[in-house]
Parts: sequence; structure tokens; C-alpha cells
Amino acid sequence: MREFEYVAPGSLGEALAAMAEKGEAARVLAGGTDILVELRTGRRIIERLVDPKAVPELNELSYSPEQGLRIGAAVPCYRLYEDAAIAGAYPGLIDAASLIGGIQIQGRATFGGNLCNAAPSADGIPPLIVLGAQALIAGPNGTREVPVEDFCLAPRQTVLQPGELLVSLVMPPPAANSGASYLRFIPRNEMDIAVVGVGASLALDESKERVAAMRVALAAVAPTPVLVDVDALVGQPANDDTVQQAASLARAAARPIADMRGTIEQRLHLVEVLTRRALQGALQRARGG
Amino acid sequence: MSMKTHVRTRINGEETEFLCEARQSLLEVLRETLGLMGTKEGCNDGNCGACSVHLDGRLVDSCLVLAVEAEGKSIETIEGMAGPDGLHPLQQAFLEEAALQCGICTPGFLMAAKALLDREPNPSEDRVRLWLAGNLCRCTGYDKIVRAVLSAAKKMEV
Repeated sequence: MREFEYVAPGSLGEALAAMAEKGEAARVLAGGTDILVELRTGRRIIERLVDPKAVPELNELSYSPEQGLRIGAAVPCYRLYEDAAIAGAYPGLIDAASLIGGIQIQGRATFGGNLCNAAPSADGIPPLIVLGAQALIAGPNGTREVPVEDFCLAPRQTVLQPGELLVSLVMPPPAANSGASYLRFIPRNEMDIAVVGVGASLALDESKERVAAMRVALAAVAPTPVLVDVDALVGQPANDDTVQQAASLARAAARPIADMRGTIEQRLHLVEVLTRRALQGALQRARGG
Repeated sequence: MSMKTHVRTRINGEETEFLCEARQSLLEVLRETLGLMGTKEGCNDGNCGACSVHLDGRLVDSCLVLAVEAEGKSIETIEGMAGPDGLHPLQQAFLEEAALQCGICTPGFLMAAKALLDREPNPSEDRVRLWLAGNLCRCTGYDKIVRAVLSAAKKMEV
């Protein structure tokens, strides 16, 4: 690994100063499961690594049924699934937290890092999108919020400007009668990169028979995660026919490439099947199952 | 250049200090600076789990941790697993169940298995397989390893 400088600021202000001073030559080290591999292989060259794990705002994990969920950008996956209240309220997020890498990776890897790494196949991003998460960004000119679906611009490219860092991911409390789910296809049981990943969320109206809200997001079928437009299905009965319509819309929204992990045709097929299953899972959770 | 940082940490219960460069992984420092060669280097990119250690009680790949991040933390390696009275029940079970051949992956498997049993003393086979999914073995095969972990859990219960 090439030489670089390591700093571990104790406050957000210090972290921002450390980032701003080096601009594009600075990079954040959260869980390190992507950045350290990139630095070791020379895919990325930097002068300064900023470790934000001692910055309170980036370490915060808080949930309340009134305020919703705030995940600091340096909070590892395991802290989500070991928190019973969070696991109960956001099972769709826990689906992803507990299938990213193995236990070793989940001990370090973060949703914030997964988003900033901006891999098309990232398992953490579709669940954030379908749960309506906003990315809170801080930089030299103050803070701003960006919906997670607008955060990634291209593979490994995000809206973050030099000097900016992701502080936290914020999402609303789950709506009444709602549920979410994330599914991915890999040829192994664990420890693999998604051939296709699908996140889905759904809320039912008071009758519990019609769709009040629905979101579907896809991984590994385009240069960035894809938010599928399923707004036309709001108000429809929550049944197999509506689920199939959503699956067809998802298939039409996917723009996969063929690579060593799968062909275009296989990925399109998987998008349809996984969207159906993810929505059925979300529906079951929305009904309290 | 190559400025070194002074890191204070606790390894297998002993206060330990070392000097390292920012770019050095915890794995490198354990093996090359501190001479703790039990932790193995496999893939060096977080796929194989051969370098598994416990960092503040949490199972991690030491190739994906910078040594400077160990400041103020507590680390457990395979060298700390056997007690004064002999092998840990997991180590004993690996011998009895023939759960190793070449042995390169064994320290990582043992650290992963111990992390599981520390939390769940009586895991199902599914839980064992899930917790060991981050560790690769290329000769023994997984069945004997899983059997050894289940057998150790049973013995430790008594």
C-alpha cells in the first residue's frame, strides 16, 4: 500500500477541516471494507484517510416511533440487527444488514460506506431508497440533504463534492400497515456480490386491501441503483395482479449488462421474480406476518 | 517520510505498544512487528477470513483493519485461545473431529467459532454455517469443521 496520512478527528468540525484541507486527496475510512482494498490494489490513490469513528454525529444510531431512524455514516451493520427496536421497525433494512459479506464484514461495514462506495451491486442502497432515506451531507458550505435515490451518479461516483462527507442516513418512521423487504440472487448462500438485488416497500390503506404507497428499487441492473416508478399502482388492490404489474414495471426499468456474474436475459428474469417475491414479503410484513 | 505512529493496545489481555505506519494493516503488525504468527494471511481482501481476530469482542478480518485503528482497543488472537490448563474446547474438538488438514484456515475458523459460542453457547447447525460463511477452507471441507464446532458447544454446555 502506498503511504498516506491517517487522522482520527473527534468532532465533525475537525473532520470537515481535515477533509477540506486535502480536497479530492482525502477519503473517509468508515468500516474500511472497500477503501482498504482499493488502496491496497492501487485502484485509488490518496494522501489522507479521515477516520470518523470518534465523531459523535457519525456514530449516532437512534430510533423513535415519532422521529424515525438516524444511522450515522460510521455505524456498522451489526449495530442495526442487534438493536431489537430497530430490527422490529425496519426488517427490510435488516435483510440487507445481515447478508452483506459475512459476520467479519458486518462487524465493520456501514450503510454509509456502502452508499458512498456507489457500487451498482450495493446491497445496502435499495432498502434505503424504498424506506425513503435522505443522505445528510456536511461540507465547507454547510449541510444539505439528498434523497438516497439521487446520491449515486455512476459506478463509484456520487454527489459528494471535495471536502464534503456523509454524516448520516435519516428515514421516517414506518407508516401504519407498511412493510419492506430486500432480496438478492447469488449463486452461493453467503459472501457473494449480487447478480440482482431488489428492495420493496409497501403500505396498505385503512381497509388493508388497497395499496396506499409502494416503492421498488433495484441493484446490479444499471450503472447506479434504480428507483422504479410504480406510482400508478397506488390505490390498486393489494393482490397478486398488482404485484405482477410492479414486477413488469421493474423489468422494464432495468438496464442490465452481461458480465461474469450473469447475462442480460438472466438478470431481467431475476428482476421480475425477485420484485414479485420482495413485494410479497413486504405485503406479508405490512399485514403483520 | 514513513512517519510512524505509537499505538497502545491490549492483545490477549496484555498491554501492548507498537510503532506502525498508517498504511499497515493490523494483520501485518500482528505478524511482522509483534511476531504473532498464528493469525494467517490468505486473500488480504476480506474474502477468506484466515486473518480473523476479535476487536473489542467483535469478529473482524484483521487485513481490513488498519493497525492505527487499534489504539485503545482490545484484541484477541488465536495465541490467546488456549488457557493455562490446555487447549480451548474448540481447539480440542477440531483435533478430535479431524477438522483440519493443512491448517492455514484453522486459526480464523477457531476465532470465528469462538465469537459465535461467546454469544450463542448452543447454536443450531444453520447458525454455525452462517457464522463460518466468512471463512474459506480449501482442503478439509466444511462438514468436519461444522461438526467440531457443534461438538465443542455440547461439551462446553456440561
